[in-house]
Amino acid sequence: MQAFHFASVDDVHSRLAAAGYLADSAIATTVFLADRLEKPLLVEGPAGVGKTELAKAVATAIGAELIRLQCYEGLDESRALYEWNYKKQLLRIQVAKSDDADASWSEVHDDIFGEEFLLPRPLLNAIRRTEPTVLLVDETDKADVEVEGLLLEVLSDYQVTIPELGTITATRKPIVVLTSNATRELSEALKRRCLYLHLDYPAFEREKAIVLSRVPEVGERLAEELVRTVRALRALELKKSPSIAESIDWARTLVALGLDTLDEAAVRDTLGVVLKHVGDHTRAAGHLKLGDAGRE
Amino acid sequence: MSGLVDRTVELVGAMRRAGIPVSLAEDIDAVRALASVPLLDREALRAGLAATTVKRPAHRPAFDTLFDLYFPPMVGTLDERAIVDAETPGGVAETRPEGDLAAAVREALRDQLRQLLLAGDDADLRRLAREAVAALGRADTQPGRQSYFSYRVLRALAPETLMAGLLAAMLGDAPRGGLAEQVARQTISEGLARFEELVDAEVRRLLAEDKGVEQVAKTAVRTLPEDIDFIRATTADVAELRRTVLPLARRLAVRLTARRRLGRRGRLDFRRTVRASLSTGGVPVVTHHRPHKPHRPELVILCDVSGSVSAFARFTLMLAYTLREQFGKVRAFAFVDTCDEVTEFFATDDFTEAMRRLTQEAELVWFDGHSDYGHSIEVFAERYPDAVGPRTSLLILGDARNNYRATGTTTLRRLAHQARHTYWLNPEPRMYWNSGDSAVRDYEPLVDEMVECRNAAQLQAFITRLLPV
Repeated sequence: MQAFHFASVDDVHSRLAAAGYLADSAIATTVFLADRLEKPLLVEGPAGVGKTELAKAVATAIGAELIRLQCYEGLDESRALYEWNYKKQLLRIQVAKSDDADASWSEVHDDIFGEEFLLPRPLLNAIRRTEPTVLLVDETDKADVEVEGLLLEVLSDYQVTIPELGTITATRKPIVVLTSNATRELSEALKRRCLYLHLDYPAFEREKAIVLSRVPEVGERLAEELVRTVRALRALELKKSPSIAESIDWARTLVALGLDTLDEAAVRDTLGVVLKHVGDHTRAAGHLKLGDAGRE
Repeated sequence: MSGLVDRTVELVGAMRRAGIPVSLAEDIDAVRALASVPLLDREALRAGLAATTVKRPAHRPAFDTLFDLYFPPMVGTLDERAIVDAETPGGVAETRPEGDLAAAVREALRDQLRQLLLAGDDADLRRLAREAVAALGRADTQPGRQSYFSYRVLRALAPETLMAGLLAAMLGDAPRGGLAEQVARQTISEGLARFEELVDAEVRRLLAEDKGVEQVAKTAVRTLPEDIDFIRATTADVAELRRTVLPLARRLAVRLTARRRLGRRGRLDFRRTVRASLSTGGVPVVTHHRPHKPHRPELVILCDVSGSVSAFARFTLMLAYTLREQFGKVRAFAFVDTCDEVTEFFATDDFTEAMRRLTQEAELVWFDGHSDYGHSIEVFAERYPDAVGPRTSLLILGDARNNYRATGTTTLRRLAHQARHTYWLNPEPRMYWNSGDSAVRDYEPLVDEMVECRNAAQLQAFITRLLPV
């Protein structure tokens, strides 16, 4: 039985904080459970709330290497799991033909499906590592449905089956974090195997703390004003609500411009940092009564 | 420990009854989680159970309600006198007559609420909600029996009347009407909403102690968003539904694109195949194909937007428009007792604006503003003869309640004949069809299918079927 990475929920809290990630109670507990129950962790939520950051912070906190599998449309087995280096295999066959006609078929066959001709991809890499590993499967929802099927074996048993080589089982189970923006519903089978964490926009206090920790120059009072305003923006029905990433960018912008208060003029001039659609601009300007910000 | 396991299993049972799917494997995970989380930390316990059993954000509020019932933060009630004693120095409460006492309690609580909304954390607010319910929420329903009601608490405290005072306290003498006020308002209403939630939770907890958890759990959970009935949706439900429909449409679109890509492959792409074979010494190991060109149906939506079914029409239009890239062309026509084209209103991305223009600018009323399917269908066929062609899927939305008027079946038969497919989505439960002034019996034989479409889940199922691979 391998040792667990975290001693308690509080331990998760403090080590994530040391890695620069301010977790709330739900995040810390869920990460702790992922470690204890040895189950993959599926993190879902809107863009920019720190899903990928969480995986990185966990890796830093336990001193593990982060292996990342970025999902996209058209991702397949040969790029996620492993591939046979068939060019090298062809060469091997040609060499066998030319210089040693006696080489038996089975010999060549065994040879070309050996370790030497295997190209491991992220999933196989993560399974085979003996050092502590965090496997991040990023934007799982972008991948095609078959990739989920591919993930199931890896996620439930921490093993990979290669027909020619047999089953490779993890010697040391990696911590697996999957992220998703919920652009599509992931399959029930996948969800059932995972612990689920829905990351939403943070509570007021936590967001303020995050902004302050990332941009300390912004100062307590301005951070408070900024977070309040961002929350008011989120309450409007916008196409793209501002995320934590945007709050932080906004704080940086204000600091760079040397503004120390967030009045109408300041908001009007810097709204582009937080809202990235013209429609959203007009809407926000109307609701927050910013005057002519919509005509930018 | 075994008590805790039983409790968890009961909670999972209640979740399943409320419509949240929890598999046996997840149930087992939840119990395994109990062994790991610090049990004295209620929020950690909540997070642990949620992580193992709730896999959709839409199900989370229902879970939270049930969790509060099955794992209440405390047991028993507070004594109202104790509250006033704590609030008024010297414990003068003992000497006051009853009426004054109630007023004093109310004032003390209002005062506290005001302070907490200005500066206070969630734990304080929860404590206050508990005190308020103990002091103000109780009523004698029958002799010797007491019950708790959140409306009594909210009426006595009237939290919404605190807004003006709170705004004044927050803004100081800053000018009104601008950004600062909007932001302050938002902050305060968030706090108020949270307080009301906490009062509700506390009332449910006390009721559960009295009547048993199972009883309260049955009624405590609101209908899950995908199951909300279109016709009976309340304002809050409508807001909830709007939030459901957009991601639903997006997910649907992604899934359809994926399904299409998976479908039949097109003709062999000779050039790419030969090109790729070069790296394998001229042997075409991998063949490449041209992408399959999907058939995109044209969609014509003809929808009843009269009072009773307007919410339904709105969601279907919203869904259809979010999916418009999936169709060759989408045209929308609205009617009450006459028909007008509303396609252009939806060229914008702002759906609220589109609906506003639809109700204000479109000519939908000809005679008296009561649904007239017959006349609307006639007008549609006459004014837009080219709308329905052989590639068109015609979608009619409405409850077919025709106020006993002419049905226009001949025209509809002709339209259905011209169209590739004709579907009728009816937001009424199937059992009410053909009752009263419903003209379902006239229309149903004319269309390919009349589909019951009462909630978002049924709507999603239908749209998925409509689009070919």
